[in-house]
Amino acid sequence: MKLHTLLATTLICSAGLLGLGLAPAARAAGETAANATTHAADTLSISNGWVRWLPNGLPQAGYLTLTNNGDQPVDLLGASSPDFGDVMLHQSIGSGSTMRMVMVDKLTIPAHGKVDISPGGYHLMLMTATHPVAPGGTVQMVLKFSNGKTLTTALPVRSAGGQ
Amino acid sequence: MQTPIHTPVKVSLGHIPSPTPDHTLRRAVRRAARALTYRLWTGLAAGAMALCLTACQKPPQDWKLTDVSGHMPDLQFSLTSDTGAPITEAAFKGDITLVFFGYTHCPDVCPETMARLSQVIQQLGPKADHVRIAFISVDPHRDTPAMLHAYVRAFDPQHAQGMTGSDQAIAALARRYRVAYELGKPGPDGNYEVDHSAAIYIFDGQSHIRLMATDNDSAEVLVHDLRLLIADAA
Repeated sequence: MKLHTLLATTLICSAGLLGLGLAPAARAAGETAANATTHAADTLSISNGWVRWLPNGLPQAGYLTLTNNGDQPVDLLGASSPDFGDVMLHQSIGSGSTMRMVMVDKLTIPAHGKVDISPGGYHLMLMTATHPVAPGGTVQMVLKFSNGKTLTTALPVRSAGGQ
Repeated sequence: MQTPIHTPVKVSLGHIPSPTPDHTLRRAVRRAARALTYRLWTGLAAGAMALCLTACQKPPQDWKLTDVSGHMPDLQFSLTSDTGAPITEAAFKGDITLVFFGYTHCPDVCPETMARLSQVIQQLGPKADHVRIAFISVDPHRDTPAMLHAYVRAFDPQHAQGMTGSDQAIAALARRYRVAYELGKPGPDGNYEVDHSAAIYIFDGQSHIRLMATDNDSAEVLVHDLRLLIADAA
C-alpha cells in the first residue's frame, strides 16, 4: 500500500516535471471547469456524486468524492447550487452514542489524496429547494476551492433508500 | 430463589431448662444436623436446577451485534402513529421490531440508518414478513404524523411505522431506553438540529429487548443476527 502510494507519487512528480511548460496554459483553461467528473488538466476532480432525495421538501444531503492529484493540499471553501437556496458543508460526529452535526468551514483535500463526502461523515446539506427535486433528476453543485478554482458538477438524485 | 446453603441454622436453646439434660441437647443437635442436611440438599438441588436451566437451553447464539437481553425494559409505549391514530407496543406483538429514534429534518445519519434498515428488510426477503421498523421522532413539534408517514414510506412502505407523541411521552420513552437527545438552537431560518442517539434497539415478538446495533453495524451484520433471531422465534 505504502509502496503503491510512493510509486504513484513518483510517477505524478515526474509527470509534473515533464509537464511544467504546459502548466500555466492548463491552469488558465481550467479556471472554471463545467461538469467536471474527470479533468486531466485539473488537479482536482469530483466523482461518486449523488443526492439522497427526501419527501416533504426536507433538507437533503449531497455526497461526492474529491480527489486532488496536485502536489499541494487544496481546501474546499464553499458550495452552492442553483437548485437550492442554501448549501452547507456539515459533518456528522458521533460522541459516545450520540450523533451531532457540525458546520465545516473548510475541508482540506491533501496533496495526492482524496476526501469522501459520504453518509455518516461529511455531507453537503441542501436546504430550500428552488424547484421540486425528485429521484432520477440531477442537482447542480458548484464547489469553490482555495486555489481559486470552481468546479461545477451534476449530482444524480437517488431515492431515499439511496438506490 | 436459590436457597443459600450457608444459611445459619437457628437452634433455639431458649426454652431448654438449665441444667440441660444430655438427651435434650443431643436431640437438638440431631435436629440441627438434619435441618442442615436438608438445607444442603435443597441448596444443591436448586443449584443443579439453575445450572441445568442454563446448560440445557439452546447453545449461546453467535451474535454479531450487542446482546442486551434482560438489560433493558420490554417495549412499551403509548404514542401516535403516522396515520394519527393512538398506537402502543401491542401493534408490534409477534413481530421483531427495530426501534430507531430520529427526526425527519436530519439529512445524513437518520436517512442513512433508515436506508440501511430498508436494505436489511430487502435482503431478508420473505423472512422479513414479521420484521418491522419503528421510527420514533425526537422532534415531535416538526414531525407531524403526516410528515412521518411520507418519510417512512419513502424508505419502506410495508414494514416501517413512524411514531410521534407529546414531549413528555417521547422524553419518558427515551429515558426508558437511555436514549439521549437534545434540541439545538434554531438558526435565522428557524431550522434547528437535534443531537440524538443513533442506536437501533431490536425487540423480539414478545416485546423483549434482545440486541442493540449502532451506526457502525452494516446491513449484512444486521441481516446475520436477524436471521438468528427469526430462527430462534420459529
